[in-house]
Amino acid sequence: MIRIENINKRFKKLHALNGINAHFNKGQVISLIGPNGSGKTTLIKSILGLVKPDSGQIFFNNELISEHVEYRKNIGYMPQIGRYPDNMKIGQLFKMIKNIRPEKEWDEELYFRFKLDTIPDKSMKALSGGTRQKVSAALAFLFNPEVLILDEPTAGLDPLSSEVLKDKILAEKEKGKLILITSHVLSDLEDLTTDVMYLQDGKIIFAKTMTELRAETGEEKLGKAIAWMMKHGLQKQEVSYLKIAR
Amino acid sequence: MFKISKYVLYDILRNKVVIAYTAFLFIVSMSLFQMEENTSKAVLSLLNIVLIVVPLVSLVFSTIHWYNSYEFIELMLTQPISRKKVISSEYTGISSSLVMAFLIGVGVPVLIYNFDSTGMGLLLIGSMLTLVFTSIAFLASVRSKDKARAIGAALLLWFYFALIYDGLVLTVLFAFSDYPMEKVTLLLSSLNPIDLGRIYLMLQMDVSALMGYTGATYKDFFGSSVGLFYTLGIMVIWIVVPLLIAVRSFNKKDL
Repeated sequence: MIRIENINKRFKKLHALNGINAHFNKGQVISLIGPNGSGKTTLIKSILGLVKPDSGQIFFNNELISEHVEYRKNIGYMPQIGRYPDNMKIGQLFKMIKNIRPEKEWDEELYFRFKLDTIPDKSMKALSGGTRQKVSAALAFLFNPEVLILDEPTAGLDPLSSEVLKDKILAEKEKGKLILITSHVLSDLEDLTTDVMYLQDGKIIFAKTMTELRAETGEEKLGKAIAWMMKHGLQKQEVSYLKIAR
Repeated sequence: MFKISKYVLYDILRNKVVIAYTAFLFIVSMSLFQMEENTSKAVLSLLNIVLIVVPLVSLVFSTIHWYNSYEFIELMLTQPISRKKVISSEYTGISSSLVMAFLIGVGVPVLIYNFDSTGMGLLLIGSMLTLVFTSIAFLASVRSKDKARAIGAALLLWFYFALIYDGLVLTVLFAFSDYPMEKVTLLLSSLNPIDLGRIYLMLQMDVSALMGYTGATYKDFFGSSVGLFYTLGIMVIWIVVPLLIAVRSFNKKDL
């Protein structure tokens, strides 16, 4: 569904993406993990067309994404830090997004479960980080897209809301959607993920299915499996991340 | 496209700067027409104010607005909307609000006091300059890395077009005063939309009689319909070219 061919991106000296190749398909839930600054968000933004790679190509359903923007109607994106027009209110924001999209059927489950309908007059600039995150999540799921790209979805959410969101992601997974998710909280990914892709310094260190990973490491838990991979397969410099993974 | 422009326009109207700009233009125009006995003299004074204020406000306001709506632009780009559509909607929204402000602030007094070809010429030149400098502001904003640099660039461009350029032209004219310079001056004025607007309008007025032989040759050119089309054509180039370059570099930009 999404095919990435030899993507490179440099920000001045930093090689943010270094020859990334990947293939994501329907029904997969891919966890993108790696230390801060490893290129996860840059990869996600490249898929969305927000970042233009220096070289390489990205295909969505076998069509080059640089040719058309229509493919984006199939993607629901939840950014790491949601930034919205300051002088808009929550209600106005949702009305506007619904207005500019042709779809007339909406999945408003999260909008109501996060109780955003009770605060439509709250201005976007007055929102706390967590409420902002709820708005981002509700927007990402609003058009019932085939692909969901979630950049640290649970960061900043209270435990209750976090569970609500996880339930929703699970429900969408059951429908056979492609879900790309980054998170540093590996326990959040535990029940969701089917594939793991580990990035570091803009390179894919490994990309494996959960079954492969479990078989190879002999560990059941994702966190422990990643830790095992790092201890046995990777160089010393990753040891700092290993501590966090535990 | 107009759906997005509508939201841009709505956002602009809410922050009231454009309304203050309209009021300012209106008060200045009204008081000039009130003070001067001779309305064509008032139009001349008004022209000088318009040539300074309109480019400055268009440049600075467009730049600031572009950066203030960056979140909005980012949000639009996560939707199935092309970058070209987003930037042209922004341009339509900002430029139409500024042109409306100008047409109300200056247009209404001109219609009341001096409804003739000179008055219409002033409104035309003012609107064109608004479009030109909004377009230049877009180029400066897209090409700059942050808000401070973009506003700095916008201000420098204003200094260049409103003040420095005239000095350069005068230097050239003095240095080559022994040669016939009519054609060269025409070319030089086309390289600055403010100058072009000024010359076009001055030659619609009676004051051009005081400009001697050069004034007379220009009056033949700018007084005819060819002059009008020439002025409009150059202005359109000044609108389209910066905007096209801005769209192209926006297409390549990382967000």
